[in-house]
Amino acid sequence: MPSLGADMDEGTLLEWLVGPGDLVHKGDPVAVVETAKSTIEVECFATGTMNELLVEPGTTVPVGTPLAVIGPAEERRPVSRAPKKGKPSASTEPSASTEPPSPPPEPAPGPAPALSAARQRGHIEAGPLVRHLAEHSGVDLEALHGTGPGGRVTRTDVEAAVAARAAPRPRVRASPFARRLAAELGVDLATVTGTGRESAVRAADVRRAAPGPAAPTAPAPTGAAPVRPSPQRPPAAARPSEDRAAAMRRAIAGLMTRANRDIPHYYLSTSVDLAAAMDWLHEHNRQSPVGERLLPAALLLKAAALAAREVPELNGFWIDDHFTAGEGIHLGVAVSLRGGGLVAPALHHADTLALPQLMNSLKDLVARARTGMLRGTEVSEATITVTNLGDQGVETVLGVIHPPQVALVGFGRVVDRPCAVDGLLGVRPVVTATLSADHRATDGAVGARYLTAVSRLLQNPEQL
Amino acid sequence: MGVDGSHEAKTTYREAMREALRQALRSDERVFLMGEDVGRYGGCFGVSLGLLEEFGPERVRDTPLSESAFVGAGIGAALAGMRPVVEIMTVNFSLLALDQILNNAATLLHMSGGQLPVPLVIRMTTGAGRQLAAQHSHSLEGWYAHIPGIRVLAPATLEDARHMLAPALADPDPVLIFEHGSLYNVSGELLEPTAPVDLEHAAIRRPGTDISLITYGGSLPKALAAADELAAEGISAEVIDLRTLRPLDAEAITASVARTHRAVVIDEAWRTGSLAAEVSARIAEESFYELDAPVERVCSAEVPMPYARRLEEAALPQPADIVAAAHRAVN
Repeated sequence: MPSLGADMDEGTLLEWLVGPGDLVHKGDPVAVVETAKSTIEVECFATGTMNELLVEPGTTVPVGTPLAVIGPAEERRPVSRAPKKGKPSASTEPSASTEPPSPPPEPAPGPAPALSAARQRGHIEAGPLVRHLAEHSGVDLEALHGTGPGGRVTRTDVEAAVAARAAPRPRVRASPFARRLAAELGVDLATVTGTGRESAVRAADVRRAAPGPAAPTAPAPTGAAPVRPSPQRPPAAARPSEDRAAAMRRAIAGLMTRANRDIPHYYLSTSVDLAAAMDWLHEHNRQSPVGERLLPAALLLKAAALAAREVPELNGFWIDDHFTAGEGIHLGVAVSLRGGGLVAPALHHADTLALPQLMNSLKDLVARARTGMLRGTEVSEATITVTNLGDQGVETVLGVIHPPQVALVGFGRVVDRPCAVDGLLGVRPVVTATLSADHRATDGAVGARYLTAVSRLLQNPEQL
Repeated sequence: MGVDGSHEAKTTYREAMREALRQALRSDERVFLMGEDVGRYGGCFGVSLGLLEEFGPERVRDTPLSESAFVGAGIGAALAGMRPVVEIMTVNFSLLALDQILNNAATLLHMSGGQLPVPLVIRMTTGAGRQLAAQHSHSLEGWYAHIPGIRVLAPATLEDARHMLAPALADPDPVLIFEHGSLYNVSGELLEPTAPVDLEHAAIRRPGTDISLITYGGSLPKALAAADELAAEGISAEVIDLRTLRPLDAEAITASVARTHRAVVIDEAWRTGSLAAEVSARIAEESFYELDAPVERVCSAEVPMPYARRLEEAALPQPADIVAAAHRAVN
């Protein structure tokens, strides 16, 4: 079960999209997983043959649980040299290969940027000592971001990964029975108030916190067919929808609490003159068929992405007391859901998308976010997030950063304002662009550089 | 004391024990009783009163004051085909015979490749609570329960006092029976056992759902009293009587903790290295994921037993201590 977000502890496997014996490629959607936030297609991290499915549809399992066993592809390609993999044993002994390349450590988006172009080619620079250390401590080199020369994975990187794994969120004091019961009832111990000695969570506390009648989350094996051949959704409402909303609320609560507690935010704001951009947009839309028309949001997102390229200090993650730059600019787009709550799936490589492409991707992403059909990489890989509350009528949004990212860009409504332009007073369309940034990672000057870049980019819309 | 058994309304633990001896002596001529003052004096605690008159000096034998000698003689008699019942006055003096028990009785079967069983029963009184001071108040049954090759029994009820001796004599291994001194005068109606009394299983003396009070021997009445008190507060305590201290009925312990998720172990011995420690460890090993609270132990204070009444009472586990431990586990 991959971690599909920093706030995800467990997921329910809804459906297998492949069967035993199927050939799967890296990046193929192989399963549908329901988290507290949405339903997500999990993409395969390796190419090979699906040997065995370990988890029945309908089962809720913690992050890190192996879902399936992938063996080598039937035809063994000569290029797949054993030492490529972080776990040499996985390649040399196919029968022993296991699912996720070591459960991703808590700061889940950490491994995400590792899927860079270089990594996709499958070559990892690491010395034998580091390789040995990684193998010994069960760290997947592929999931590491190398900080050495030329992206080389160093000993420090491996040790940091081990430390990150060893230091998850503070352990909840709970009796062993309460812990077991919480797992059975699907209760998040972190949300339960303990009444035992030194605030330990007891079984009675868990029962009180359990939603509805005490029923195990894993349905009876008879309830769900082992494999559903059609893409028809199994009852996502295995839990009542209000439970789902409550679970999402809790997940958001946990994440935002953590963000507000751990991240020293600083906020910058600037008004951006959109006259040029709106003119260009109107002209473009006038000449385009309805289906290809652009929304102002597309321009704003593109500008935000390009500015992140100019100011890479804001594009990445703060993990283990240091900043790790994101590999590529994957723009998280905050999407509010109709049933309440929100998700911020990633527009991959947003800086490289032409505006029409970006617009299409955005429409697709929003539609799938609202129907709960996101893919794993989309929910876990954003490197910087944009929230646009303009369509809700507000002018300024000062957001909370989605950890472990280090910046959140906000756009308000585009409003006509009296402005001084070239010594004359004019009415111009203006948007308030804001930046919430992690002061541990950057200082105000960097943030200022970013907002200035956004503003400048929007003055030349034809170059976006 | 006309003890006719069957229709007597009330009987005591002492009488039940005597009746068991009487039945054993009657039913098997290989059985004989020996020990200090068991004959003419009727036993230090009056258990064998009248048996000399009934069975004669050949089968109810007074011995010199040498535990090592008469336990050794008992081992020899068992090896020679007899079924001796050796009474050691109290566990305090059994230390003089520890070498015989540990190095001979417990080992000979195993060192002889199974050729030399030692079907010996050794009875002794154990425990404190009668102002006998530091040298005569030990509860060392846990030490004996440490020894492989022997079986250790702790009858705590009239039924077990009456019915454990026969299967103990039938057991091919040496069997040690610990009779808590505070139990001899316990009286009640002796019920005929509904099932054969076995030496394998612990007994649920009182069923409950909130907490398991696990104990044996002289602490059983205290645990039952504590359970009454807890019941008055709405806490349903299950009282487990271990009965057999070696081998321990681990399954009964596990099953009880699975029902209640909390446990208090009550043992009159000192806490460190005690039988209570063993039971607690078993719970941690077998029932960790059932536990909703740390295992509590109620044991004697780790001091040589004081003589003064109040001090002795303070040093020994009392129902109030058990109730307090249960509160810690439940609340």
